[in-house]
Amino acid sequence: MKSTPVFMSYTRGDLLNLLVLMVLGFVLIPFVVPTDYWYSSILIPWLCLSLAAIGQQIVMGYAGQLALGAAGFMAAGAFALFNLELRLPFLGFPVNLVLSGLVAAAFGVLFGLPSLRVRGIYLMVATLASQFFIIWMIDKFGWFKNYDTSGIITAQDIVIFGREFTAPLEMYLVVLVVVTILTILAINMTRGSTGRNWMAVRDMDIAAESMGISLLKTKLQAFAISAFFCGVAGALFAFTYLKSMEPVAFDIKLSFRILFMVILGGLGTISGAFIGAAFILLFPVVLNTLGNEIFHGMVDATIISSIELVVFGVLIILFMIYEPLGMAKLWENIKARINSRRGAETSMKQNRKAD
Amino acid sequence: MTEFLFFIEVVVAGLLAGTMYSLVALGFVLIYKASSTFNFAQGAMVFFAVLSFVGFMEWGLPFVVAFLVTIALMALVGLATERLVLKPLRNQSEDTLLMATIGLGFVLEGLAQAAWGVEVRRLDLGIGDFPIQWIIDSTGLFISALDLTAGLVAATLIIALALLFKYTRMGLGLRAVADDPGAASSIGIPLGSIMLMVWTAAGIVALVAGMMWGARAGVQFALVDLALKALPVLIIGGFSSIPGAIIGGLIIGATEKVLEVYIGPFFGGAIEGWAPYVLAIFFLLWRPEGLFGEKIIRRV
Repeated sequence: MKSTPVFMSYTRGDLLNLLVLMVLGFVLIPFVVPTDYWYSSILIPWLCLSLAAIGQQIVMGYAGQLALGAAGFMAAGAFALFNLELRLPFLGFPVNLVLSGLVAAAFGVLFGLPSLRVRGIYLMVATLASQFFIIWMIDKFGWFKNYDTSGIITAQDIVIFGREFTAPLEMYLVVLVVVTILTILAINMTRGSTGRNWMAVRDMDIAAESMGISLLKTKLQAFAISAFFCGVAGALFAFTYLKSMEPVAFDIKLSFRILFMVILGGLGTISGAFIGAAFILLFPVVLNTLGNEIFHGMVDATIISSIELVVFGVLIILFMIYEPLGMAKLWENIKARINSRRGAETSMKQNRKAD
Repeated sequence: MTEFLFFIEVVVAGLLAGTMYSLVALGFVLIYKASSTFNFAQGAMVFFAVLSFVGFMEWGLPFVVAFLVTIALMALVGLATERLVLKPLRNQSEDTLLMATIGLGFVLEGLAQAAWGVEVRRLDLGIGDFPIQWIIDSTGLFISALDLTAGLVAATLIIALALLFKYTRMGLGLRAVADDPGAASSIGIPLGSIMLMVWTAAGIVALVAGMMWGARAGVQFALVDLALKALPVLIIGGFSSIPGAIIGGLIIGATEKVLEVYIGPFFGGAIEGWAPYVLAIFFLLWRPEGLFGEKIIRRV
């Protein structure tokens, strides 16, 4: 089989999308958004969680392995970066960031091993082990936290080539650069032979195997790359958003949130990861603001957070029933409808001209 | 000798605690048998049931009335689930159904907290969580009364359910539905009432499990996470087997306690959090279909 490099198969639409998003992210937002609040409370966590969601998307949406432990790998990445910056500061932040992703990837391979034997809910239980084990390990062994008695560690400042990146806007740009690189990488992987192997395994693993795709390699590769993305995401999340952290910040609830980003956003799409992350992150903010506007603080905050749970649950059920492919597919449908309407209008005009 | 006694004590405490896992796992198995859905919301059902029960008690309802009202409520929840969630999802993939039940879990947790509040409630069943004197006198073992009661209640429930499914028309119907819902309904087995019965049974099991746990640790949100431990139990026992759920629970309960007491100290303790999952992984490598589960055969 002759294969062309993936970047040569980009269409003009792809490049246009990339250009628009790049201008939006690197030029427009830094000019238009002045307040630190937007960077440090919305844009930075959104980008970090989107990256983690891409990791979840790779293992679940593309390789079809039902894993539930993204937060565990995020914790591995975050604490790996903390220790690398502490113990090997001479390597520099970019190298350490990649290394912390690799540490998470090693855990990914280890806990991806059960996927060779089991699938579905069985695999989910097996991956839960990684979630609980990693958090427990960081919690119990003081070395990972530099023997800090409070159990809470403070992330070091980000220094790249001697320049400090500490202001919200600067950190946003750092995160954006990393997320951009990894997203392009992810898109290339999913469009290339790697991604095709994943999808073949997802759609029917026995058939894929009989066609000569190595299940061992494909599945473990998916777990490793997924954990790498989650690890880098966790490291960025810790160093640019949380700043001081304890292992509990990466508990099973975060894993569930990332799972829902992928499900609601749309399984098997990279854009779904971003849409899902935006929704999961913004929805509670919107609901809280609405609740305060309508009830003027008469309703307890805990009640609002309970209602938030209910609405999330109902949304998941509705999406599963009516659009299992999530918001990304919903968006595609809307676009297709607009296009077909426009198409119908132009053809009507042409008909009129013909008359 | 005292060391051996201590070992027995640890194992017994583990086994009795394991019956509580068995109870939650039993709820999973019941629903799995009847509608071949893995009901991830079972943990949330435990929380929902016991929180409602405590809420009704706080309204001043007597114990028995509150118990019955809660069971009726759980049956209602089950019917609504069957009608609104599972029916529209018929013929969808197992993973899709699983996601939907995760969503259902969130709905139940949210509803329970919105209705009854988020603070930790105490549940006093009148059974203390302290060793029983006559057992100490006769055997020298320290065994908690609450553990013992939980074990007995669980055993009674399990035997009752097993008899119900084995010897009644309803039970026969259930087994037919589990085998092939289409064929079962075409020969006139009332699917609706079978489902009602199964969801009621799952509700009772959830409520009892919640009461036992609530009496020990307080009725609180953490129950949902505890109920997650029923998952490794199911892996070990198999999803469709009632005896499997029981034995899986006992194995997990006992192993987790023994590991915690004898191996935990070398690792800084609290290995209970992940030990059951790792145990489940080893079981998966050995017997992916569980101890009593049906062998999974997959074809292209």
